[in-house]
Formats: sequence, C-alpha cells, structure tokens
Amino acid sequence: MRLDAFHVVAAAVALLGAAVTIFDLLPINKFAFFAGYVVLQYVVLATAWNIMGGYMGYVNFGTAGFFAVGAYTSVVLYNLMQAPLIVMIPVAGAVCALLGLGMGYLTLRLRGVFFAIATLALAIVLETLVVNWDYVGGATGAYILRAREIAPFGDYVEFLFFVMLLLAIFAVSAARWIERSKIGRGFAAIRDDEVAAECAGVPTLRLKLIATTVSGFLMGVAGAPFVLYVGFVEPSSAFNLVYAVNSIAMPMIGGATTWAGPLIGALLLGSVQQVATVTISSELNLLIVGVLLVFFVIAAPEGIVGLVRKWRGGGR
Amino acid sequence: MFSVDLLLNALVAGTLLGGFYAAVSLGLSVSFGQLNIVNIAHPAFVILGSYVAYMGNSRWGLDPILLGLAFTPVFFFIGVGVYRVYYESFERKDDEALRGLAFFFGVMFIIEVGLIMVYGVDFRSVQAPYIGQNWKLGGVGVPTRMFVPFCVSILMFAAVYLYLSRTFNGRAIMAVAQDRLALQLMAADPVRIKQLGFGIGIGTTALAGALLIIIIPIEPSIGRLYIGQVFAIAVLAGLGSIPGTLVAALVLGIAESVVSTFFGPSWAPAVAFGILLLALAFRPQGLFGR
Repeated sequence: MRLDAFHVVAAAVALLGAAVTIFDLLPINKFAFFAGYVVLQYVVLATAWNIMGGYMGYVNFGTAGFFAVGAYTSVVLYNLMQAPLIVMIPVAGAVCALLGLGMGYLTLRLRGVFFAIATLALAIVLETLVVNWDYVGGATGAYILRAREIAPFGDYVEFLFFVMLLLAIFAVSAARWIERSKIGRGFAAIRDDEVAAECAGVPTLRLKLIATTVSGFLMGVAGAPFVLYVGFVEPSSAFNLVYAVNSIAMPMIGGATTWAGPLIGALLLGSVQQVATVTISSELNLLIVGVLLVFFVIAAPEGIVGLVRKWRGGGR
Repeated sequence: MFSVDLLLNALVAGTLLGGFYAAVSLGLSVSFGQLNIVNIAHPAFVILGSYVAYMGNSRWGLDPILLGLAFTPVFFFIGVGVYRVYYESFERKDDEALRGLAFFFGVMFIIEVGLIMVYGVDFRSVQAPYIGQNWKLGGVGVPTRMFVPFCVSILMFAAVYLYLSRTFNGRAIMAVAQDRLALQLMAADPVRIKQLGFGIGIGTTALAGALLIIIIPIEPSIGRLYIGQVFAIAVLAGLGSIPGTLVAALVLGIAESVVSTFFGPSWAPAVAFGILLLALAFRPQGLFGR
C-alpha cells in the first residue's frame, strides 16, 4: 500500500479530531459532538453497505440487523464482565463478520435478489430473538452505566466521537484499499456480469463471501459503541429501519461505485438530517431521505460523484 | 399446556389466517413470481389499501370490503404508473438489480412515512357488522372477523387464477418472464403485458389491505412485518406458481398460528422469516418450483 494524499488527509483529520476532543482547541458546542457521532456512524455504515452493494451490486436491506447485533454484543460483554469499549468493538465486529459469512453462505449461491430478501428477513428474525431474550433486556431494553468523564478527553461523548472518527477513517481507508486491489476488480467484474466473471476464472463465491464478511464486520463495529452513546438500548431503536434506509440512500446519493460516494452521501445527508431533526420534524426528515433516494436512483444513477465527473467532462 | 382443543383451535385459526395471507401475497406472486419484478413495496401498498378502507369507513361508515373493491381499479392504475417509471428508469437499461430494488425500497419508505405523517402511529381499525362475533363449532371458535376475510380472499384468489389461466392476456402474463420473444411472435407487447400484470398485482392490494384492517388494527410500519410473510410465501410456493401460493399461504398461516398458540405470540414474526431463510437455504425452487 503506497502512501499518498489520501492518507495524509486521513491522518490530518484524525489529528484534528484528537486536538478538538482532547485539548478542546475550538470552542465547540457539546451538541456538535453528539450530532457528529451520528454522522460519523453513518459514514461507517454507508461505507460498509457500499462494499457489498456498490462494489458488487448485492443489496443488503439488513444493515439495521448487523448494527443491532453489534450493539447487543456490547450489552452481552458488559453484562458478562463489564468489558471496556476497546474489547467491545473488535468482538462486535467479529460476531457480525461471522453473521455476514453465514448469511452469505446460505444465500449467495442463489440469484442476487434472494440475498436482498434474506437480509430483510434476517433483521426481523434477529429482532424477534432479541425481544425474547431476557438476558439482554428483552423488549424493555437494557441499560449501561457509562462513566461521565474519561481521561484525557473530558466528556465521554467527546471520547465516543473520537473513537467513531477513527472507525470512520478506518472504514473509508479499508473500502478505498479494497476498491483498488485485485479483490475490488473482482467485485466490479461480478457487478458488471457475474456469469462472465465466473467464466473468466474470477472466484465469485469466495469474493462474495469476503464482501459480506468485511461489510458485516464494519457494520458491527459501528454498532458496538451505540449502547454507550445512548446509555439505553431497546430492540426497536437498535433495529430501526432508519439505519437500513440511510445506509442505502447515502451511497446511492453520493455515488455507489467509489469509496468517496458513501463518504460524501453520509456527510451530506447525515448532517442535513441532524439539522432537520432538530429544526423541523423527524418524520419529515425521513420522508426527505426516501424522496431523495427515489429521485437519485431515477435521475442520477451515479450519484453526486457521477454528476461531478460529468460536469468535469468525464475526467477523474 | 398441550391439548387437542387448543391444537384444533390453532389449526382452524391458522387456516383462516393462511387464506388471508394468500390474498396478501397473490399480487406479489404475479409481480415477483411471474414478471420478475422484486416489488418489496408490495406490503406497503397493502397498508395503503388498509388506510383507504379506514378513511372511508370512519368518515362515511362504508363497508371496508366494498371500499377495497371500489379502489381496486385506482390501485391498478397506480401500479401501471409505478411500472412505467420502473420500466423507463431501470428495466430498459438493464439496471433493475441494484437500483430497481433501491427504488422500491424508497417507495415503501415514502408510503410508510407519508402515512405516519397523515395518520400518526396510532393503531386504527374499522367497524362492520361482521366484526366481533364468534361462532362456536364444538370446542372450536371461529371469529367472523377472520372468516369473512378468508372467504373474500379465496374468491379473489379464484378470480385472479381464472383470469391468468383462461384468458389470452392472463396467459401472456404467465409467459412474459419466460420467453419475451415468443410473446412478441404471438403479437403481444411484452411491456404492455408486464404493465398489465403489475397493475393487477398492485390492484389486489386494495382489497387485501381492506381485509387486513378487518382482521387486526394496523399502524403504518406494520407493513414491514408482512414483507417476510409475502416473500416467504412467494419463495415457498415456487416462484410464479399460483396454486402453490395458496398452499404455501396455508402452510405459513397454520405454522404461525400453532407457534403463537404454544410458544407465545412474540415468536410469531420469526416463523415467516425462519421459513423463508430455510426455504432459501435448502429448497430455493420452492415446493412447486419448476
């Protein structure tokens, strides 16, 4: 992996994040971290979705399921041994990676649409399991007591913001690396013509399994800190359809074939939603997401990235 | 906990529920099974149908089933419109896999949120003389709010089945996904035929929605649960098999009813999806698949 401008920018963003959260360099309202966390969480989710959906053309409607499994893994770890966040994140990622692998193994030998339907099913089966599982609180939900402050960040939300920032940088770098590697070219071949790819010697099933595993891992990682962020988790909030809709809409609006698409989509749509939820109403803001999604898939199939490329005259 | 009485009750209730599921999934069997259009917004249209019935019933006291019938043509034309957009934007460009799915997902979401904005998240129900009575046959209870929808959905099912299997256009709908060229040679335009088929698929949701709100009170987001049922039935039936749809619907209805009787209603939602996942994993061609 060669270092280039992207990595310099990523490092600079991470440093800036550290500076803002640890040393309170800028006079930022506490709510900005609270809202920023959600936006960054969507960067991770949208990027994770895009590895399966954008690169390979397999639609995952079950983002909420993976996200919630990540969150509930944290609850279990906390109940078992009061595990710290640094343990929760990799374990949640691993559990969701396994879930993605199993899911892919069951359905990816079939037509792509069955994978999509099965992911939809998965989210609801998992929700039913969690509702009936008293150890993690069942339908009433579970509390986690988090520390009010943590050194050297001060406020705990600032710490979570910083963690999510690192996760987002990690997810986007991973997606970018995959996109440019041999694996990514295999993904693109599957997206364009799976039969032809198979005939040309591309190991399609193995690549699809890699994609669901990586995608699942990232979604689980995004869900792991959620419990600490809200302090209380219940099935209907963790399995909320909003996660599924946003993780599809953001890459579609940003541009699904490149790593920059979900990043742009998540930053834009995520920020707009944070503002709209506060100033207008949360229903209207969801309606806007739905309308934008439909509008973009019909009118601008390549998303914002595609529009910019076209505007520049096809050049990169 | 186990008793023969309980089991009999569960079987009867399950059969009635299954008949209703047949009405809900019939449209999807046509659009997904026969036209190959993955309309995941189908249950959202069913809910839309329910709210139409609710509105007419609560405002003017009209019968929900008649309302459902009256709105079938309206829904038919909505379906035709949706198919036009789908065809022009995705199918013609051979781009239905990713964007087409995202499109229907967006449509589903718009319907759901739109209904929430208009009606809120309260549960709504309808009034009719046949709701709330209970016949006793031996130890088995037959609630009329289940029995009437059961009869109506079997009638609707039979009507659509006869149309599809006896008329030229109906047979063309069954043929279009299999062999477009042969259809063109028979002087039928595949796009018009698919438009007709999709219109019928959405048309059935007006009545199915009216039946739904007779059976249980509804709120906008309940439609998502039915995605599992309708797709489980469509897959289990073997895509496109109309008689298979009826059998699969009855199987699912009985399975759900038995599970919720003996294990508790909170497990019921997992039955459909469990069956769907099992069917996809072990028998993707379905019970009656080719």
